[in-house]
Amino acid sequence: MSLKIAVLIKQVPDTAAVTPKAMKADGTLNRSALPAVFNPEDLNALEMALQIKDKYSGSVTAVTMGPPAAAEILRDALYRGADRVFLLTDRKFAASDTLATSNVLSRAIEMLGPFDIVICGTQAIDGNTAQVGPQVAEKLNINQITYVEEIEEIVSGKVRATRVIEDGKERIVSSLPVLLTATGSANVPRPWSVKNIMKYKTAVTKQEVPEEADLDRLKQKGLLIETLSCEKIGLDSSFCGISGSPTMVKKIENVVRKGKEYKKVELTDEGITGLLTELIADYTFD
Amino acid sequence: MKQQGEVWVYIQQQENRVVEASLEVLGKAKELAQKLGVSVSGLLLGEKVSSLADDIISYGADRVYVLESPFLDKYTTTAYAKAVCRFVKKEEPAIFLVAATPQGRDLAPRVASELKVGLTADCTDLKIGSYAMPKTKQKYDNILLQIRPAWGGNIIATIVNPETRPQMATIREGMMKLPSADASAKGEIITVSPELVQDDVRTRVVEQMLIEKKVDLKGANIIVAGGAGVGSRENFELIKKLAHMLGGEVGATRAAVDAGFIDHDHQIGQTGISVRPKLYIACGISGAVQHVSGMEESGKIVAINTDPEAPVFDVAHYGIVGDFKESIEKLISIYKTMSH
Repeated sequence: MSLKIAVLIKQVPDTAAVTPKAMKADGTLNRSALPAVFNPEDLNALEMALQIKDKYSGSVTAVTMGPPAAAEILRDALYRGADRVFLLTDRKFAASDTLATSNVLSRAIEMLGPFDIVICGTQAIDGNTAQVGPQVAEKLNINQITYVEEIEEIVSGKVRATRVIEDGKERIVSSLPVLLTATGSANVPRPWSVKNIMKYKTAVTKQEVPEEADLDRLKQKGLLIETLSCEKIGLDSSFCGISGSPTMVKKIENVVRKGKEYKKVELTDEGITGLLTELIADYTFD
Repeated sequence: MKQQGEVWVYIQQQENRVVEASLEVLGKAKELAQKLGVSVSGLLLGEKVSSLADDIISYGADRVYVLESPFLDKYTTTAYAKAVCRFVKKEEPAIFLVAATPQGRDLAPRVASELKVGLTADCTDLKIGSYAMPKTKQKYDNILLQIRPAWGGNIIATIVNPETRPQMATIREGMMKLPSADASAKGEIITVSPELVQDDVRTRVVEQMLIEKKVDLKGANIIVAGGAGVGSRENFELIKKLAHMLGGEVGATRAAVDAGFIDHDHQIGQTGISVRPKLYIACGISGAVQHVSGMEESGKIVAINTDPEAPVFDVAHYGIVGDFKESIEKLISIYKTMSH
């Protein structure tokens, strides 16, 4: 058995790395100051794909949609063991909501496939929506298993997996093709391999090399990261970007995180007694 | 008969009981429906579940649509999505809300994608308001304003779906108040048999391993929580001791859980659960937005931290700058003398 696996990955601002430098004087976050990283659960998705390939043989194709700089996580995917990578980049994709994003990704998957398994991280840390996976599955008209923690077995065209549910876990079976979303607890992503770094360290997209560069030669050596535009995947531009997005942002408010007044309690018997007296008077313990 | 512009809530049931998060959403939905002057309905799916309808009415639904089929016996994405989509297309509600439980977050995007409508995830608040399209200036009144944090809680966004119907959103658990039940409430129950076939069920559940929750953070009036600053599993015993004495529960930040100080069941915040107890005592918690967004609605927040600059003090009502161990020991001994 040889399985064709696609992994959908995303480059995101590291929202967990809010440093003093990233805070503006008014107490709001300077979003552009956050470093761009490989979305954590997408690393689990890639690892899940690589483990399936190790066990059953096959190929792993990583796809991302984003600005030209997102090529960085495609190189990262190559260093970890992905066989092919594609960058979906086009100004027409900008400002896509989750539905428009799933239109782009599913169209690309159809063009690059067919695949037996599509895997993505459960959610990305910038939006935390967890919507793109199920929406891509629906567009592809294939089954989905979300919150996958473990792939137990893939036999005779079926996958058996353990997924996280409300009050525990469940083991479920689905036919292939299927889309899986991986949780952060699914596995420990493997590090870069020295062999792959040596092989792919000069891999680039067309935008990253000077115009006179010999693209054919790069392609022959497998070092050209292919970019796909809206036109190339054959998507009507009304299905992506702002025109393909039914949701609109009415308002964005920065959360101001400074200087609300609180009552200071001294760490003395008097201080603590005072605190407890006030809490008791407010019926807090009733 | 079609009801115009209703507000709908997907009612999740598990093992023949209604999941509380759906009822929290129902409470908010009722408020929105009253503003719009329309009725609020629950949408319940399962095999033999119509006995739950009265319960849903007692929590505020004017109407319950019960979609019953042997193919809906256990939740599966494709069969449930198909039944929901067909019925939504037929009845055309204006608003369709789903609790952001794992099941809700599996179902809602699948449904929104098939209906080609907008969906906003994990809302923390919902309002009715208006929106003007930036380009055409076309104004939309009485639409759903979907409010949610993004960028790790650093921004709050208000999202609208002005042109597609229904307006869909999932609502974060624990954010809306559970309405009180009124057994005398009256409502209509409409049972429908969706036409499903075996092929619509594309997943087979082999086994469910349910873990009984030992921790009830959502129901707790008092929570004593610890963060990375607590330092060790042993030190967490002190947190437990204070919580026990006050008759409260023990909470924790993700950092404390990841460090192995305490089990995941206790995690509060964006990746855990949101709480709003009467009293929240935060020990050794720096106050990362991911944690704060899950507890800042608490009635009274007491923050204990050695670092006077810790952001947790920004949301605190009372602050103790000092060692949490010493603070807890004093709280315990003085509380004991005062309650005698």
